[in-house]
Amino acid sequence: MAVTIALAGNPNAGKTTLFNQLTGSNQYVGNWPGVTVEKKEGKLKGHKDVIIADLPGIYSLSPYTLEEVVARNYLINNRPNAILNIVDGTNLERNLYLSTQLKELGVPVIMAINMMDVVTKNGDVLNLEALGKAMGCKVISISALRNQGIDELISLAVAEANSGAEPAIEHRFSENVEKALSEIQSKITGEVPEALTRFFSIKLFERDDKIRNELPEKAKNVDLESIISEIEKEEDDDAESIITNERYKYIQSIISSAYEKRGQTGLTVSDKIDAIVTNRFLALPLFALIMFGVYYISISTVGTKMTDWVNDVLFGNNPWSFFGLFDVPSIPGAVTSLLESMNVSEALQGLVIDGIVAGVGAVIGFLPQMLTFFLFLAFLEGCGYMARVAFIMDRVFRKFGLSGKSFIPMLIGTGCGVPGVMGSRTVENERDRRMTIMTTTFIPCSAKLPVIALLAGALFNNSAWVGWSAYFLGVCAIVFSGIVLKKTKMFAGQPAPFVMELPAYHMPRPIDILKSMGERGMSFVKKAGTVILLAAILVWFLSRFNFQMQYLPEEEMDSSILAGFGNSLVWLFAPLGWGQWKAVVAAVTGLIAKENVVGTFGTLFNYAGDASELADDSSAIWEKVREYFGSGLAGYSFLAFNLLCAPCFAAIGAIKREMNNGRWTMFAIGWECFLAYCVSLVIYQIGGLVTGAVKFNIFTIVAFLLVAAGIWGLLRPYKEADTLSEKEERAVERAMA
Amino acid sequence: MTLKDLKPGQSAVVKKLTGEGAVKRRIMDMGLTKGTEILVRKVAPLGDPLELTVRGYELSVRKADAEMIEVEEKV
Repeated sequence: MAVTIALAGNPNAGKTTLFNQLTGSNQYVGNWPGVTVEKKEGKLKGHKDVIIADLPGIYSLSPYTLEEVVARNYLINNRPNAILNIVDGTNLERNLYLSTQLKELGVPVIMAINMMDVVTKNGDVLNLEALGKAMGCKVISISALRNQGIDELISLAVAEANSGAEPAIEHRFSENVEKALSEIQSKITGEVPEALTRFFSIKLFERDDKIRNELPEKAKNVDLESIISEIEKEEDDDAESIITNERYKYIQSIISSAYEKRGQTGLTVSDKIDAIVTNRFLALPLFALIMFGVYYISISTVGTKMTDWVNDVLFGNNPWSFFGLFDVPSIPGAVTSLLESMNVSEALQGLVIDGIVAGVGAVIGFLPQMLTFFLFLAFLEGCGYMARVAFIMDRVFRKFGLSGKSFIPMLIGTGCGVPGVMGSRTVENERDRRMTIMTTTFIPCSAKLPVIALLAGALFNNSAWVGWSAYFLGVCAIVFSGIVLKKTKMFAGQPAPFVMELPAYHMPRPIDILKSMGERGMSFVKKAGTVILLAAILVWFLSRFNFQMQYLPEEEMDSSILAGFGNSLVWLFAPLGWGQWKAVVAAVTGLIAKENVVGTFGTLFNYAGDASELADDSSAIWEKVREYFGSGLAGYSFLAFNLLCAPCFAAIGAIKREMNNGRWTMFAIGWECFLAYCVSLVIYQIGGLVTGAVKFNIFTIVAFLLVAAGIWGLLRPYKEADTLSEKEERAVERAMA
Repeated sequence: MTLKDLKPGQSAVVKKLTGEGAVKRRIMDMGLTKGTEILVRKVAPLGDPLELTVRGYELSVRKADAEMIEVEEKV
């Protein structure tokens, strides 16, 4: 029979390392259904029938944060056979707080005291036997980092999970609280599973409505108010605080009997590092330096070189030389000659080469850049620096409904939005995470640069301000979205308490970093890959077939379905100043990859050379683009739209992967397109009114109304929410059902 | 006085927690309960949040939330 062991513990207690030690390469990584919280499962090494479920890192089983609700719902509803509680031995007091709560769930608990090597090195002594006796469970010391005590832990955990023994609850609250708890207990006995009666009694005493609502009808409606308020009066505190206080008092009594601090209390290594890293004057320059390093290596040099190699050589048009020894055909080249030798029809060749191979290439092409970046990200997270980033940057970002950690995804977004969006996973709470996912692609990525260059060259005399204004526009879009959206119902329902641990620095294991990198890379290929491939094939089909379903050569794209589609949408974009089908089609092909906007213009303007090379130097078609748009204003409106609207399919795929929810993905894309449309409309209409290029019309009024609505959105009052929104709760409920 | 009024290097003992809901619970969950000793270590470079030492570890709290923690300075 399959046995499940849940792995629970505080963040930074070494849970990831232990999980990797316990499961080896046998892991499944995904998300908890419907939410952005990561879920991992794996088979225990040497025990094929034992599953280890990794719960999110949590400090408590309170009803307030998504991670905690996910974890406790799992523990209540899925009833694992045992809980493996990893405890940071160097931080016992706070870690045991969660342990006392886990002990109440009526499931056998095994406590693994991690980082015992550090405790011993500090000269401190922990009496495991006394601790185990006080907590009423098996306690074992390990060092996940040094692979010490893992085998003993495995056999102990398996034995405990299979024993089916009733776990003892040793912890008692003060006499009058216990009296109240037993009164509550007597009222719900028989209504709830026996093993959980104590847990439910405590939660009901704490007035935990989320738990109350999940109880069966009878237990849900028992009146406990008089019992609770009597104690509250006696203690002059609310019930939740009484329980928390008593837990910590109890822990202090355990520690004083089981833990002996013999080591010196001086500055630790972490303190010394922090004296520099979070120093008043050095923190920001150092942060800038580290960010520059990460950016330079993953975006400017190594990552991009490899990505370019994949895109231009592996998926390029010409054979490439293997270290000068022999020529290897590129993948499209090899596939083309294979298809030609098989006498496959031209249309089918097109589908395979331009649709499928190009689509796969679009997925694979991003990987090197992503993996390099994820490597850094995993290191910065693993060593403890990310928490410092949040500490340093919090002041700036929280005003926009973002986290200090949002800075990194956005910086990486200047290179490529795909790793940027996926990097949002390090952001600590779900609301900030979603906001980061939604806004990261507003920053012009490197693929948007050719579009900027084209319009700057064609319409603005190659003036440098066009490029700068593109970044400025991106930052404004992020700030605006952050301030406006955090006040909306969709975001308002989630609390964002910023009470964050600054964990001690430590050197992560290389294997854990590589694993984290591999997981993120794979989840992109698996989840996002399908979206990208399908979308690439669809756009290819629309651009290369006409309504009679005839296959068209590239030069005849202007009679394709896509062109017809563009024509039918002209009215929509006319108020933006570029209601012409070629511009609309170019914007649509930009969804495959933003630099395609330039190539499509080349094709549609019958550029004689290879249209795909225009992305590097588009000066040959500047003349035609200038004539086409007519005014700089229309051109800039087109540019603004393309910068802000839905990103390329690869980034949309990444957004879908990270949101892990169809509606949120649609909302993110919809908001981006909506904002892009409004911004372009305002630029063209109001700009045109000022310069005299546009006469006053109905859309000028709309533009002014939009500006007014935007200002209202920025200024309207707002109060931070205090509980998870109903929507959030329902998502979690559905996920657990 | 509240935690917000303390300067880096000052220690205090928690007297009472005002406020309610998620933030209060989170603060307590992290070990800032009545009678707990706190040392204010530093202020972030941009003036907010604070870094504290509580129960042997480092914790950062925003000034707005620190205002909810009534303390008595330890000399």
